[in-house]
Amino acid sequence: MSLEPSRGDEASRYSRREFIKRVIASGAVASAATYIYGGLAGCAKPGGPVPGGVERLVSINVNGQIRRVDVLPQETLAMTLRYKLGLTGTKLGCDRGECGACTVMLDDITHNSCSVLTHSVRGRKVITVEGVGGPNGELHPVQQAFIDELSPQCGFCTPGQVVSAVALLKRNPKPTREEARAALAGNLCRCGAYDNYLNGVMRAAGVTST
Amino acid sequence: MTYKLLGKNFTPHDVVAKVTGQAKYAEDFRIDGMVFCRFMPSPFPHARIRNIDVSEALKVPGVLGVLLPGDVTPVAPPDPPILSDNPQYVGQPILALAAVDETTVQDALEKVKFDVEPLPFTLDPLQSLHPRGPNARLDGNVGVGGPAAVKLQTLKWTEEDFAQAGEGKLPQGKSARDWSYGDVEAGFKNSKYVLDESFVTASNSHHSMEPRTSLAYWQNGKCFVHGSTQSQSFVVPQLAGYIGIKPDELVYIAEFCGGGFGSKGTAYPSLAIPALLSRKIGRPVMMRVSRAEEYYIGCARIGFQGRVKMGFGADGRLLAADMYIIQESGAHNGFWDFVNAADALSVLYQPESMRWRGVPVYTNSPTRSAQRGPGENQIACILEPLLDKAARELGIDRLQIRKINAPMNGSKVGADRRPVTSAYVVDALEKGAARFNWEERKARSGQRNGPKVIGVGIGRAYHPAGFNGFDGLVRITTDGKLHIHTGVGNLGTFSHSGTARIAAEALQYDWEDCIVERGDSRKHLPWNIGQFGSNTSFTMARTNYVAAMDALEKMKEIAAHDLGGKPDDYDIDGTKVFAKAHPAKHLTYIAVAKRAVELGGKFTGKELPGDINPMTRASATALAGTGLIGVAKDKLPVGGETAAFACAFVELELDLETGQHRILELLNVGDCGTVIHPMGLETQLKGASVQGVSIATLEHIIFDPQNGLPGHIGLYQSRPATYLDIPEKLETDWVDKPDPTSPMGTKGIGEPPLGAAASAVLCALGDALGGVVFNRTPVKADTIISLASKRPLSHQPLQVNTA
Repeated sequence: MSLEPSRGDEASRYSRREFIKRVIASGAVASAATYIYGGLAGCAKPGGPVPGGVERLVSINVNGQIRRVDVLPQETLAMTLRYKLGLTGTKLGCDRGECGACTVMLDDITHNSCSVLTHSVRGRKVITVEGVGGPNGELHPVQQAFIDELSPQCGFCTPGQVVSAVALLKRNPKPTREEARAALAGNLCRCGAYDNYLNGVMRAAGVTST
Repeated sequence: MTYKLLGKNFTPHDVVAKVTGQAKYAEDFRIDGMVFCRFMPSPFPHARIRNIDVSEALKVPGVLGVLLPGDVTPVAPPDPPILSDNPQYVGQPILALAAVDETTVQDALEKVKFDVEPLPFTLDPLQSLHPRGPNARLDGNVGVGGPAAVKLQTLKWTEEDFAQAGEGKLPQGKSARDWSYGDVEAGFKNSKYVLDESFVTASNSHHSMEPRTSLAYWQNGKCFVHGSTQSQSFVVPQLAGYIGIKPDELVYIAEFCGGGFGSKGTAYPSLAIPALLSRKIGRPVMMRVSRAEEYYIGCARIGFQGRVKMGFGADGRLLAADMYIIQESGAHNGFWDFVNAADALSVLYQPESMRWRGVPVYTNSPTRSAQRGPGENQIACILEPLLDKAARELGIDRLQIRKINAPMNGSKVGADRRPVTSAYVVDALEKGAARFNWEERKARSGQRNGPKVIGVGIGRAYHPAGFNGFDGLVRITTDGKLHIHTGVGNLGTFSHSGTARIAAEALQYDWEDCIVERGDSRKHLPWNIGQFGSNTSFTMARTNYVAAMDALEKMKEIAAHDLGGKPDDYDIDGTKVFAKAHPAKHLTYIAVAKRAVELGGKFTGKELPGDINPMTRASATALAGTGLIGVAKDKLPVGGETAAFACAFVELELDLETGQHRILELLNVGDCGTVIHPMGLETQLKGASVQGVSIATLEHIIFDPQNGLPGHIGLYQSRPATYLDIPEKLETDWVDKPDPTSPMGTKGIGEPPLGAAASAVLCALGDALGGVVFNRTPVKADTIISLASKRPLSHQPLQVNTA
């Protein structure tokens, strides 16, 4: 797909449109009920999967639970999480992999869920901000540290910061501040709370080591 | 003075929801039957649309309705309209269309046909002021709203005005606004050193992380809107106006807001689109706004083309200043930064005489709005480096020249010479210099390490820090809890709770027994001004204080009524009202609240003061009978311009080969009155510092000059600061001295530390280059490399928006 720089802004919208069109043209026009991608309620065409199309009803492992969900071929994980599974902690700040607000873990590795197709996560473990804490709602040490350091300001980027920090501590429980900075560099915060998030990561690293 | 709550840290109630993902922003709500709309952005920088044909679009299966420019509430030009068939910038909403899903909306939008007449456009105010230059609007090229309003008009300068200016100098034709005080000419005559510099400060987008998505539906005669605004109560009347309903017919929910920075301080036109479409099609409508669209309708900071002449005495005192600012307003009325910049010069440098002239010019670029320190922070980026230049010329230390010209308590602001309520700039400078080891660091200036060189700098900025005259509303319920109803928004400063603690403090409550009611009209909120302009910690400290005092008076009256004596015979201790002479004679807060309900009348909100705003009246009426109600309008004495200041110190290392720099340390010191919430203050100082770094060295909006297309509509293009850009060491401090016109001494601080940090970085960059003055923001690597290698710069001195 071309980013068509000559179209200025429309790089975002039309390239996405092209993308969707091509996915649709390539196989499956689904009848799934979905808010964003077509086929909701009134205008849905009846009928099952188109021959040669991708299976719609898939099982994905989200926050330790197997969730059955009706997914369009072109559907991103962020949309599935937010609009099908009610997990709105995953935020959409740009929907094109620039801001990190939609960061989730796939098998413990951070991904921008706006740029991952839901069909590609079958068989992988998806962890969102709703799934980083304990089974009874206990906060993850990173979440507690972000509270203690008053890291969030507006809070919109916070779920992404939490997930990136949790993923970092999973693979490197004792990061240096520079390692933490590098690990979180994909999570933008316009409020400029970076220093407080880094303080939180370092505080959580102390907590998790004891 | 020692307080029970003020000056102490606390965990704001909303922070847990922010770290767990439970916080619900506008796009996180779902309503049964909800459908989607999108707006069609203008592909033209300026055009007249003679005809819009939506017949094919409406035939697309799933389309539910369209909203055309003629269907929306008219807005008087030059304020930004909701939709327009005379778009004045690329991305301006022309029409909006609703369908069962976004793909269908987009399919349908592609079938809309236009008959369009493209019009001349401009992206440069100077070009528009040229005798044969284009106007950005059909109805004129100059004008602005606000306190120093300039009527919409066509203003052109003469060829001679342009010719006289000289190469690279700002022409100074007929102004639209001016003021002066003192004898400016005499001031220049008596000066030992006079500088005369032309400058440019770039416009930059707000980049709120949450795009301004909104959701609306109608139920039982009321319109419900979930919006993204940094204010709560203040939004309601204006948004109701956009929708065309009465304020009490609107239920407005904005419990969380993913960043605004001035661009979501008031209601904005697009907020009304889902409500209008929902009314038309009878379905709940959500309008998700994409990142690119946020760059269209999310506003930007106003840019300046300016010129300033400053005359200094041999002792470093600023004797005369003469400033001219052309403000680039974008396509519509936005803000009045050029006025604020003049006030900032007048207060921060205390010139003995000053003249200011300005002209606000429309261009075919996005609507501007206030952005954190609108005007004050752009001008700090220019004036602080010029102060360094004067210091060098006069052989005065850079810290010293700032102290020599600093405002003090009672110093004057602006043309009307109104006094500031408090100013502790010298204290902030001294505190910062000591902590930063200014003398020691200064000695490192110019130190080389291969291609890298050390630079140090000091920057300062100012912003007004409070308003007055709004309402407070508190309630003690019969369980003894104190409910502080606040119309403050949730911008991320936690001042909704910080200022609520003023009421708790006044009634000596434990914070655990307080409930902050906010974020939703249905919580019955008072009329408060918006959460902008660094004002909340002053304005709503006053409103919450007067409401608490009203409650206290009623508590004492009830005690006197029930237990005998006069109200003044009683005092409180946080749980009970007791007789001062016989502390055993008392009523608990619970008992007082129950008695208030029984006694009725004013005690429980059934009789209300005559001077409160209708919104407060409606809220208090709804709460009447539920406890003891404290409600009052802020009529506390006003002592002048509430002023906040910040001073920042920077050491950086500049690589002359790559043009890149690394900020080794940034210390930002605030003059913000009594500290309410130390950690909250620290986050404001640090966040503003990061944004300061960003406007000084990274951000600007940019357009293709041939077609007017924006080139800054992605985060990767417009480049707000990331983790990798921030100072390695970021420190904060403050002068904890009370403001005398605030009941507990508090005042705002949100904005000045941005300008202080930005200007300190620019001073340090100039210092690293041996005393260069850039006269331009942002200063990027290409400028550094060109200067270091003595090559010509890649832009013309007054060029804007296209380089």
